[in-house]
Amino acid sequence: MRQGDAWAVIRARGLSKIYREGKTELRALDGVDLEVRAGELTLLMGPSGSGKTTLLSILGCILRASAGKLEVLGEDVATLQESELPRIRREAIGFVFQGFNLFPTLTAEENVALSLDVRGIPRSKANKRAEELLREVGLLEKARSFPADLSGGQKQRVAIARALAGDPPILLADEPTAALDSTSGRTVIELLQRLAHVHGRAVVLVTHDPRVLSYGDRIIHLEDGRILREEKNSEGVMSEPASIEAAATPMGISREFSI
Amino acid sequence: MGLLARRNLFHDKVRFAVTLTGIVFALVLIIIQFGLFLGFTTTTSNNIDHSNADLWIVFHGVGYFDTGRNFSERKFYQVLSTPGVERAEKYMQAFGRWKRPDGREENIQVIGFHPGSGLGEPWNVVQGSTADLRQEDSVLVDELYREKLGVREIGDRVEIGDHRARVVGFTRGIRSFTTSPFVYATFKTSLDYTNPASSEDSTAYILVKAAEGVAPKQLKERLSERLNDVDVYTTAEFSRKTRFYWMFTTGAGLAVLTAALMGLVVGVAVVAQTIYAATMDHIREYGTLKAMGATNRYLYRVLIEQAVWSAVLGYGLAMIVAHFIVAASEKGGAVILMPWLMSAGMLVLAIVMCITAALVSINKVTRIDPAMVFRG
Repeated sequence: MRQGDAWAVIRARGLSKIYREGKTELRALDGVDLEVRAGELTLLMGPSGSGKTTLLSILGCILRASAGKLEVLGEDVATLQESELPRIRREAIGFVFQGFNLFPTLTAEENVALSLDVRGIPRSKANKRAEELLREVGLLEKARSFPADLSGGQKQRVAIARALAGDPPILLADEPTAALDSTSGRTVIELLQRLAHVHGRAVVLVTHDPRVLSYGDRIIHLEDGRILREEKNSEGVMSEPASIEAAATPMGISREFSI
Repeated sequence: MGLLARRNLFHDKVRFAVTLTGIVFALVLIIIQFGLFLGFTTTTSNNIDHSNADLWIVFHGVGYFDTGRNFSERKFYQVLSTPGVERAEKYMQAFGRWKRPDGREENIQVIGFHPGSGLGEPWNVVQGSTADLRQEDSVLVDELYREKLGVREIGDRVEIGDHRARVVGFTRGIRSFTTSPFVYATFKTSLDYTNPASSEDSTAYILVKAAEGVAPKQLKERLSERLNDVDVYTTAEFSRKTRFYWMFTTGAGLAVLTAALMGLVVGVAVVAQTIYAATMDHIREYGTLKAMGATNRYLYRVLIEQAVWSAVLGYGLAMIVAHFIVAASEKGGAVILMPWLMSAGMLVLAIVMCITAALVSINKVTRIDPAMVFRG
């Protein structure tokens, strides 16, 4: 039931990416087929240079594939103009980065609210929402703190709150635990898992971190730009998504969200 | 967006101070140069603009105030007998030699007029009065030139062109563009000081006041028809000709305008450099914003808001600095003028300058690849 088409928020068929530099060609991705489903925590693993980050960038509509087809929430990305990609990113996707990428001149609350400002949400509403999200990630008391005053784990939780601010059904995370100690790393991965399992979001993680393996529902191994194999982790499968319908709602329709 | 712009701008206080210094430096430089230009132009035509005359009659071909050439007094009577002339006065301008009490000599410009006529009189008389000039061999000078002329107070005696002269009063703020101070005397006394070739040909200018209801332009045409070998100008025309001569024929105006332009270029360069450096410092953040779905337009607005903040704050500081410089110039040899229109124009210029400077950064931000956020 969980692998049915209705849950596939991203569908990729034959994705390839070739980087060209002069006469040199580097095939970073080579015919990748992949479905990303709501309510699942999908891990992308592989050695350096295997194409994980390239794949994540393409799935996140940050990078265009050289060939293949990509659908995000049913929308064919290949047919969209370059200028429309920011809209897809705003409406469908939240990003979490290895280096947090928080704005050092803004407080935790302002960092989260900025994500809503980008979406044109008025300041007062954005601040209120930022406060709610920080409460949900357990950092309300740090709302007025600047990133420099937060620990790595706290920064990453602020970054997750920021990624969730626009209420995206898809969350893409690049090595979110790599820079964290084991306790912080566990807090972050548990938070991401909860977002998938309890709130029905599709969460995709690029990771090298063996500590997170047991949390993934699916583990996709990449090598030389190809999917080597896919594993399903029965231990990682927890409860049914609580808001599957919400997660599968087409873009552009507002949904109330709480973690 | 506004918050991000302000925080990015004010976060690094040293960098922001450098930015503001660059803007203030550029604006003050521009204000001084334009102010000098305005001061110079005003100075060159000072005597014309304050003459209270409607028309100036000059020897044919005289293009500006400081080269008055004498012509026959008969023309003066022709003017007086022309219908539509309410009043006409002879007026003299000629260079002379001023011998200070200590024996040193200075070049001066002697201005001869009829005290009490209301035409061509000095203004801003702060000590003594023009009526005192009716005393024999008496002159008025500007207090700016006390030192240059070697006089301190009323009653000081000097020589002008081998004639005795006594200072009977001082004006304030009447500068001479030629560096030869103006010395005001009655028309008759001025002839003694400047020794015209013949007493017949002693009039350099005739100042005319039109009768009530007579348009100066109409009177000008009438006088031009009646008089030979002279040119008739409205006061505005002669003022403009004089200013144009000094500013653009001599290159003086070009020099100050070029310096003002240099100020603008320096300002744009300094501000562009600092805004660009600040943008590069935050380049990863701009990439993150793009990854989050921010449009280029959103990022432009952040950068432009930073530029406008820099411009407004830089302008405020520049105006404070300029105010002191302008005030100090009032007592110096060259006045710097800053009329309100120029002050308002400087704000617009500051904003345009800073936004122009931000274009380099805008170009950079446009080219940011959002995929950079996934690179270590």
